[in-house]
Amino acid sequence: MIDRPLLSIRDLVVEFTTRRGVLRPVDGVGFDIARGEILGVVGESGAGKSMMGSAVVGLIDRPGRIASGAVLLDGEPIHRLSEEAMRRIRGRRIGMVFQDPLTSLNPLLRIGDQIVETIRTHLPVGEAEARRRAIAALDEVGIPAAARRIDSYPHEFSGGMRQRVVIALALAAEPDLVIADEPTTALDVSVQAQIIALLKRLCRERGAAVMLITHDMGVIAEATDRVAVMYAGRLAEIGPTPDVLTRPKHPYTVGLMRSTPSTLGAGGRLHQIPGSMPGLRAIPSGCAFHPRCPKAFARCDRERPDPIPTAAGAVACWLYDPEDPALSGAGEAEGTAT
Amino acid sequence: MSDPGPFVSTRGLGRVFDVSKPWLNRMIEREEKVFLTAAENVTFDIPRGETFALVGESGSGKSTIAKMIVGLLRPSSGTVTVDGVDLFAQGDLAGQTALRRRIQMIFQDPYASLNPRWRVGDIIAEPVRAFGLEADARAIKRRVGELLEQVGLSALDGIKYPHEFSGGQRQRICIARALASKPEFIVCDEPTSALDVSVQSQVLNLMRDLQRDLGLTYLMISHDLSVVRYMADHIGVLYLGRLVETAPRAALFDAPRHPYTRMLLDAAPRLDAFGRTAETVVGEIPDPIDRPSGCHFHPRCTHNDGTRCVGEAPERLDLGRGRAVACHGVEEGRIGEGRP
Amino acid sequence: MTDHDGTRTRNGDATGAEALVAEPNWLKDKAVRFLDSDVYFSFKRSPVTIVAFSLVMLLVLGALLGPLIAPQNPHDPAQLNLMDGFTPPFSANQFTGSFYLLGTDDQGRDIFSAILYGLRISLFVGVVSVLFAGVLGVTLGLVSGYFGGWIDTLIMRIADIQLTFPSILIAMLIFGIARGLVPVEMRNDAALYILILSIGLSEWVQFARTVRGATLVEREKEYVQAARLIGLGRIPIMVRHVLPNVMGPVLVIGTIGLALAIIAEATLSFLGVGAPPTTPSLGTLIRVGQDFLFSGEWWIILFPSLTLLVLALSVNLLGDWLRDVLNPKLR
Repeated sequence: MIDRPLLSIRDLVVEFTTRRGVLRPVDGVGFDIARGEILGVVGESGAGKSMMGSAVVGLIDRPGRIASGAVLLDGEPIHRLSEEAMRRIRGRRIGMVFQDPLTSLNPLLRIGDQIVETIRTHLPVGEAEARRRAIAALDEVGIPAAARRIDSYPHEFSGGMRQRVVIALALAAEPDLVIADEPTTALDVSVQAQIIALLKRLCRERGAAVMLITHDMGVIAEATDRVAVMYAGRLAEIGPTPDVLTRPKHPYTVGLMRSTPSTLGAGGRLHQIPGSMPGLRAIPSGCAFHPRCPKAFARCDRERPDPIPTAAGAVACWLYDPEDPALSGAGEAEGTAT
Repeated sequence: MSDPGPFVSTRGLGRVFDVSKPWLNRMIEREEKVFLTAAENVTFDIPRGETFALVGESGSGKSTIAKMIVGLLRPSSGTVTVDGVDLFAQGDLAGQTALRRRIQMIFQDPYASLNPRWRVGDIIAEPVRAFGLEADARAIKRRVGELLEQVGLSALDGIKYPHEFSGGQRQRICIARALASKPEFIVCDEPTSALDVSVQSQVLNLMRDLQRDLGLTYLMISHDLSVVRYMADHIGVLYLGRLVETAPRAALFDAPRHPYTRMLLDAAPRLDAFGRTAETVVGEIPDPIDRPSGCHFHPRCTHNDGTRCVGEAPERLDLGRGRAVACHGVEEGRIGEGRP
Repeated sequence: MTDHDGTRTRNGDATGAEALVAEPNWLKDKAVRFLDSDVYFSFKRSPVTIVAFSLVMLLVLGALLGPLIAPQNPHDPAQLNLMDGFTPPFSANQFTGSFYLLGTDDQGRDIFSAILYGLRISLFVGVVSVLFAGVLGVTLGLVSGYFGGWIDTLIMRIADIQLTFPSILIAMLIFGIARGLVPVEMRNDAALYILILSIGLSEWVQFARTVRGATLVEREKEYVQAARLIGLGRIPIMVRHVLPNVMGPVLVIGTIGLALAIIAEATLSFLGVGAPPTTPSLGTLIRVGQDFLFSGEWWIILFPSLTLLVLALSVNLLGDWLRDVLNPKLR
């Protein structure tokens, strides 16, 4: 089984039981990531993208839990593992990079000690060898004078440098998969470009796959091979990045792309999607996007669409239902939206 | 009244913050006072009814400049003039008080800019009351309803509290509050950076519609070049407190002159550049407390000549057609108009 | 049906006329909101809190209704019968056959009645001194945090110095000075107010420090800047904008401070410098009772002590619960 996907998420549901009912920040999401692939997960706040990333590495706090579905790492289910077993997977097989580098770094430990600890926990090497590798890792992520800076504390680095350290830490034990959750959101534009380039280069070199979670379409365009668009905890559309961004199928992706201002575009009026992302307590019936959708028709508020396979991806929208005979003119139903 | 001149203008605006440790610590640790120059010699004009955008990364001083222009912060040097009135001159208190109503601000964080304990109607009514714009409670109420509808909300939303609204709706409420005093000039400090893309476009469109309908003048502060491109007529690029380039929108995006502007434009993620790697970016923004000598950008600049760039701060050079650059390379003709 | 209306108004489904008039049923709206709130939910789920709350309510009720439900007025010598002296609890006096629930002291004073009357004094002194400390501390903290500069330094240094002494020592010091300033013939009448003053002055620091910290955070928020932009002065901004947003933690400190104030009052009275013997508080009762502890009349000291313990503990538990509920980080 050579082309078995590295990570396979199947119909994943994350539930939070609160006194006002059960909330589902992730509701039936499924996709695969191949070895060495960079998959982007894009969505606005409340889309459930970060929760999905946390669910994969078993970092969901109570009262949240994975209610159903499966997460397979190299064919092995990891969503039911004990906390101890999960800890061994995190760091060793799945590296993590978060938005705020300070949540990944212990402020009281020298960065070198943290990297050495990670290497020695997961790989059978001695102290001196681990330190040598840590210096090499820091050097590789572009920390100047790595041999000297290895004994610095996290607060002695700038935001961009700190994020480089986190990347070095995430890659230290040579994981197969890196989950990067908004790794550049807190950084300046010029630093963001450097970090994205670094993440891309290192993962390519080591053959690590990346799940890049972000809200920024520009980052998606420049960094990813494939992209999954999430809306209200569900997958709206998935496919090769150029396809999805230039020829989006789901009306939400269409609206999103048209409402994104560009440094290239002329000053024409921006498209706007009416309304805003629904709260978890008020997910609309049927297709969650239908109240904001310009192409919604009768079926959309009654039945929830499952992802329908397309040429190279899938789209969860009734407009693309091959079994619907009345779909020759998809734009007819326009005007049903509020 | 042949040429009324620019509506808003700053001349040599600067602000220095004292970021030293407390007196006792300095005495014991034998340290000098430490100063942070957040803005230095910032000069630009905004014609009435236009949008001027200040673009910069962290440490560029853009928020400091915004606060000085609305009068929340006193400049250390230079002047701010709005419609002929100097905002900080001694002895013109009456003029300055009258001016205050005409200048408003929209803030970055829609969650911190509304008092969580006040009803939305009271929040919007506060400027109306403070400036005595409506006589009685009934008229104020009507005005609040109008304002809410003007920004795309319902007059009934006035009885709700801020936490009952989404981020985009809160930003609409902030705009309604800013409009309540019937201002002519609004400073927008990163008005959409906390919002999602689809909501951002709603707010940006609303701001443009209001500008058209009410003849507003905007100063827009942003780090996002794509937003600036959509909103601004004129753009000023800041680096570590200094204005390195000002130009009309098209000129800046099509033919940036200053090396930092070029780098910034290259670094901005592009929707059409699949798999691109921006390789032109070198180094990081230096510490604003300890800025490089000469041209602040010289350690990261590919056109650094090693002498003048390191030793001498470049002056603002007027290139005509609304464009000005502060760069020795441009002045000496080393950096041409074409992009490298 | 009525609940429905409240919910609908909040969802904005009500008609224009309904919403535009000042809502006449805001009280009902508030009540609906409270029953729906996290505070009430957390209260319902915490048996310890319910017990503590019930005990506090019982004691407060007992204090308020004291003169109505007490079998005798323990401060009226005419109602005391020396023959009833040293009656043990839960049994009749061996000479007179009178029954006293919690027994009597050497004068034949009913302990139960004395506790009810003492509770009044203790609670009164506790509540009023916490209010005094709160008003003082919140004001100074707000001024300190919002104005900053030398006034902040001055207030906070005074607070720091005061914190280096045990508060009971401060209270005794202030009590001594204040008592010395009052003419001798007024001392007994003024004693309670001097007590309140000294406890209040010894407890304001907590309020001031907390409010100053919260004010420093709120001051930088953009809604305060927006208020400055419309030309509002510092005092109106402090009172109308900042104050309501820093009151959350004050409630918690106030509750825990109440327990401290009650204990401080009892300690002072126990040491003989607090409530005068003519208006005995729980502390005074305990002081009086200790004289009989070794002669076997244990009930004279036990029941006032138990009351004090239950009161202070329950109030403290309520404060702890309140702190947990209002602090989102601990949830």
